[in-house]
Amino acid sequence: MTHYLLRRFCAMFFILLCVSIITFSLMHFVPGDPAEIIAEKKFGENVTTETVELVRREMGLDRPIFIQYFRWIAGVLQGDFGSSSSTGRPVWNEIMTKLPATAELALTAMLVSLVIAIPVGVISAVKQYSIMDSVSMVGAMLGVSMPNFWLGLLLILVFSVNFGWLPVYGRGEITQLILPALTLGTGIAAVTARLTRSSILEILKQDYIRTARSKGLIETAVINRHALKNALIPVVTVVGLQFGALLEGAVVVEVIFAWPGLGRLLFDAIYARDFPVIQGCVFLIAVMYVIVNLIIDISYAWLDPRIRYEVK
Amino acid sequence: MHDLVIKIVESGPPFLEMIKRLKKHKLAITGLVIITALCFIALFAPLIAPHDPDKLHLAHRLLSPGDGYLMGTDNLGRCLFSRLVFGSRITLLVGFFVVAITSTVGVALGAIAGYRGGIIDEIIMRCVDVLLAFPGIILALVIAGILGPSLFNIMFAMSVIGWTGYARVVRGAVLSVKEREFVEAARSLGASDSRIMFRHILPNVMAPVIVMATLGMAHVILAAAALSFMGLGVQPPDAEWGSMLNAGRLFMRTAPHMTVFPGLAIMITVLAFNFLGDGLRDALDPWLKETG
Repeated sequence: MTHYLLRRFCAMFFILLCVSIITFSLMHFVPGDPAEIIAEKKFGENVTTETVELVRREMGLDRPIFIQYFRWIAGVLQGDFGSSSSTGRPVWNEIMTKLPATAELALTAMLVSLVIAIPVGVISAVKQYSIMDSVSMVGAMLGVSMPNFWLGLLLILVFSVNFGWLPVYGRGEITQLILPALTLGTGIAAVTARLTRSSILEILKQDYIRTARSKGLIETAVINRHALKNALIPVVTVVGLQFGALLEGAVVVEVIFAWPGLGRLLFDAIYARDFPVIQGCVFLIAVMYVIVNLIIDISYAWLDPRIRYEVK
Repeated sequence: MHDLVIKIVESGPPFLEMIKRLKKHKLAITGLVIITALCFIALFAPLIAPHDPDKLHLAHRLLSPGDGYLMGTDNLGRCLFSRLVFGSRITLLVGFFVVAITSTVGVALGAIAGYRGGIIDEIIMRCVDVLLAFPGIILALVIAGILGPSLFNIMFAMSVIGWTGYARVVRGAVLSVKEREFVEAARSLGASDSRIMFRHILPNVMAPVIVMATLGMAHVILAAAALSFMGLGVQPPDAEWGSMLNAGRLFMRTAPHMTVFPGLAIMITVLAFNFLGDGLRDALDPWLKETG
């Protein structure tokens, strides 16, 4: 296990190094001169060449690119992502004030998805080829295929515009969380339900299930005590892997519902060409994503000894 | 049974066998019919659309479906149905283009990595790891945002990340196929690397690629619509389903049809590709199992 962990940590550091280089380079892919764009944002459209040069020097954009990178990464390692070119506030503070909103939305959406997906997946597998199975799986396919931004709009149309039951946007009250969480959770639920079903079907073919049945256990006990527990291991992994989908979905959902989270911050920064905020958000999202994936891999290796031995 | 499966695999996936299996899959056939219909609609859009999709009729603003317009009109009085018909061209174009680029690049790099091994394999697979460290849409969003909103930029942004999945799968499949006897036999007969690759290995790793590409169409169409919905893709006045949906947001109270129909079009298209992809996966099952 130690050998495995060491290998994974080394790989993670290499990936994070490359991620930081890509994130930093993003600003230099912009068509045009970044210094000019920043100067125009600060001082208006008609900036003089002197002002542009001043901004270039101030931001260190006149230095060789690798020196710029080292300065940036040295700051990042100390939690200093620079200041937002729109608000002037430190990027770190901006991100930290938005992060709880995204975490709240993502966790609620995950909960919504599990509450829908696990029962649907289990029932579908146990009653394979029944009408219930077909309906659930077509429903899951609809859930996978439905654009979440459309679902969000439809929910607003029904519950806010037509019935007036729930608020359209904002954050603070529990009623404001319902529609965004439902929008984000449904798509994830569809994927998880399909995986729970196939995972349980796989387990039901195993010898130990046949043994459990042959010793006369009732079907409910076979499912609950033997199948479900083992089938949930891959499901837990998948739920972890959904983290990326959750973050991706959060951007769109936060934009629709004006939810003041990380996704909305990134979206606004892209439109405002606020490079420090874009870099900060992308880097932090990638770091979270890499760490979550590492945790999943490690927990999987811990749960399934075959993986550790294979690596050795 | 196992011997039989191996025999089928070694002679390459017989097309007829696959078609026979696919025919039994009702949902896949439904998907195929919808996709074929969509291709026809896109090809013959000028003949099918009853009105000019870009022509403004300010007197006919926000008409409900039925008032002389099948799906009503938008906020500028343009026929929604005609715009949806023309929008199918962009949707399919983006899907086919991105899937063609990503699958070609992914298959090529994955095959080289798996066949050559060593340092080349390390470099290609580490690139894949690094790109997979970003949630796909977020990187595409940032790339498209930084390069500026346009159709080409979202296609480029999605292609940058999209090839990684193909490369991973193809590399794994090539690793398992290249150890097989028929590859050994070809090599001992003096076949060149390129002959072994194109005649013996690649045909045997195509099953997962076909499935991935079909499901990939669904994914790309959804992602492109999302980017356009957020204002980063196709720009007005061009008709595109995602941006039409975005325009409809402002008129949800007065003209809900502007929100309902474009979304429905996106969902039906994505659903069709997902149905077909699932059906293909079942139809190609023996070859998928063999190549991992």
